[in-house]
Amino acid sequence: MIYREAGQFKSSYAADQAMFPIVQDRVVVGAFLALAFVVPPVLADEYWLQAVLIPFLVYAMATVGLNLLTGYAGQLSLGTGGFMAVGAYAAFKLTTAFPGLSILAVFVLAGVIAAAVGIVFGLPSLRIKGFYLAVATLAAQFFLIWLFNKVGWFVNYASSGTITAPPRTVLGIMVTGPEATAPARYVVALALVVVFGVIAKNLVRGRIGRSWMAIRDRDIAAEIIGVRPLRTKLLAFAISSFYCGVAGSMLVFLFLGSAETLAFDINQSFLVLFMVIIGGLGSILGSFLGAAFITLVPIFLTNAPHWLGLDVSVALQKQVELMIFGGLILFFLIVEPHGLARLWQIAKEKLRLWPFPH
Amino acid sequence: MKGKTLTIALLALALSLAPWAGVALAQDKTIFIPLLVYRTGPFAPSGVPIANGFVDYFALLNERDGGINGVKITFEECETQYDTKQGVECYERLKGKGPALVNPYSTGITYQLIPKAAVDKVPVFSMGYGMTASADGRWFPWVFNFPTTYWSQASAVIRYIGQKEGGLDKLKGKKIVHVFHNSPYGKEANPTLEDLARKYGFELTLLPVDSPGQEQKSTWLQVRRLNPNWIFLSGWGVMNQVAIKEAVAINYPMDHFIGNWWSSSDADVIPAGDGAKGYTGATFHAPGAGFKIHQEIFKHVYDKGKGAGEKARVGEVLYNRGIVNAMFSAEAIRTAMAKFGNKPPSGEQARWGFENLNLTEQRLEQLGMKGFTHPVKVTCEDHEGAGPVMFEQWDGKKWNIVSDWIPTMKDVVRPKLEVAAVEEGKKLGYTVRDCSKEK
Repeated sequence: MIYREAGQFKSSYAADQAMFPIVQDRVVVGAFLALAFVVPPVLADEYWLQAVLIPFLVYAMATVGLNLLTGYAGQLSLGTGGFMAVGAYAAFKLTTAFPGLSILAVFVLAGVIAAAVGIVFGLPSLRIKGFYLAVATLAAQFFLIWLFNKVGWFVNYASSGTITAPPRTVLGIMVTGPEATAPARYVVALALVVVFGVIAKNLVRGRIGRSWMAIRDRDIAAEIIGVRPLRTKLLAFAISSFYCGVAGSMLVFLFLGSAETLAFDINQSFLVLFMVIIGGLGSILGSFLGAAFITLVPIFLTNAPHWLGLDVSVALQKQVELMIFGGLILFFLIVEPHGLARLWQIAKEKLRLWPFPH
Repeated sequence: MKGKTLTIALLALALSLAPWAGVALAQDKTIFIPLLVYRTGPFAPSGVPIANGFVDYFALLNERDGGINGVKITFEECETQYDTKQGVECYERLKGKGPALVNPYSTGITYQLIPKAAVDKVPVFSMGYGMTASADGRWFPWVFNFPTTYWSQASAVIRYIGQKEGGLDKLKGKKIVHVFHNSPYGKEANPTLEDLARKYGFELTLLPVDSPGQEQKSTWLQVRRLNPNWIFLSGWGVMNQVAIKEAVAINYPMDHFIGNWWSSSDADVIPAGDGAKGYTGATFHAPGAGFKIHQEIFKHVYDKGKGAGEKARVGEVLYNRGIVNAMFSAEAIRTAMAKFGNKPPSGEQARWGFENLNLTEQRLEQLGMKGFTHPVKVTCEDHEGAGPVMFEQWDGKKWNIVSDWIPTMKDVVRPKLEVAAVEEGKKLGYTVRDCSKEK
């Protein structure tokens, strides 16, 4: 009843091509974004922002990136952690070499560098597919981490091998470094995610996204209808790595504050891949849902016993948490193999008929 | 379909409420100490005894003395799995309860908390780990890493090797290998070892092992090829057991294999069986349960059924380390109370307590720790204390002390440390503090 598009006529091409053609969608998304910018910085305490929302945003960014590559272009990658590391180390090198450069520009440039690296490691995708490609990208993961561990130049020869986010400002407000407040970090992270989220959404609706999907569904057929595999696949690697690179720099600059290569190990690649699969392959919304599921559920499970007033040992609690978490992943994959995004879509279809289903 | 939607709605609701759950009201009548522990995961063999030592010592203070100077201690454990991100989540969650200090118990997490310490006003006590440069209290007023840093420890290890070889001048041309966990923690000792290699003319080879270190075949193949005179190990968790087993497998003489103090505990040597006999490790406290403090713990904690672990494991090396760490924390709070009165200290007051901690031989005796560890004096400039290091050897059943307190090479370490402090401090935008103005 409330969610019905009947009577909404599109009288121009612009209206027909809108990102959210249904008025209700536009209103809800717009209101949600407005609230996201205002409510948490004002109301949420530091724990909420620093330990819950910022990591969610960082992983959402990485998940969107991997979803473009794996979900849309069909190229399975296990190099996400490596590409995130490229972004993080590039941002660190850039901002320490050019302290005057705006930190936002640093994030974007770090993404560009990650994209360049992504292209190099995307080259094997022209010859190998599927699981074989996953193994090839695994090489990127191990090589990049090894490189950052090995070469002192990347960490400015710090004896510990860690990179630390120096204090930087945007419009006079401190957004990185120890003095930056959690709301400021959160707003910057959210702004980046919104801007790049919108770009991703539009990319996949346009020519580029369609060529990716063509390659994914049947590459020979795509080639016959005029999609060039070389350009398309490498573009997918480049753009995906760009997003991962930005996410990596956000991870260090807005979330952790300082990091070592361990923060980008193979587990990160798997984690982001799980987010993509649970959220839904080939869905931007799914990327956000998947990231939310994987970052928030463990935190919820950790807090749940306190909440219920149960006094259990932390070790037991952790084991139970891992078991429930694993169980939930299985549950969702069995109930809906197409991910949380598909569940949301089903819910929307139901809502269209509500309250008078056939 | 309806059930599914409901499930999702409930889950979403639960998720949105979750983070509020951990926020309890701060209690202002007790001293709150957050404990970042790892009782699960690949580092649990090291994490469990430390956590038990901690908890038992605080339980002892609460049971026997009603806390510190009559003020009860409350503590809450939070599981980090030695993972930096989970550690940050824990810290942020427990920070709201007004902690007097935080023991990160992971060098990686320490690096995360150092920048936050000054902002949140929570002193970071990284006992014998963390960032070596933070020992310069002029640059890092909020961070304490006494009784000894990794760099000082490495210098003491070289001095010990020198003793065994018959003098530091005999080190010339000797081959020493450093097998280390490839992380900020493992790399810490490298600059000092490199300096000392230049100074004494020994050949140093650095062999990194990637975390968590279950696979070390290639490393030990290299060791075999090099056939070094001495091996120094900076490992943690499962990496130690594997390294020792591999060393046994290549028949390396175990008494020439020295672990740092995170690589020489019971859990590290037991899996290697009799082969581990002779393995030597650095430490800054004695092993075993034969001290007065242990009797007190048995009497007041275990006999009342309140022990955190098994009674038989009291006195393990890492258990004792937990006790020492808890004792240092408690004594720092006691120092703060002497100035600010017998109430739970704020972060700032606890910081003052740490900075003015003077743990004398006499005080150690009162605590039942005579001979257990050495006296420590912290100053504004020196948050390390540069305490001496002892060496213990595994005889197949237990650890035995095999050396005196071996002094560190402060003349080598401190100048380097001050340079590093300037560098690390500037990275965080800190300025140097004038210690003559502190009181």
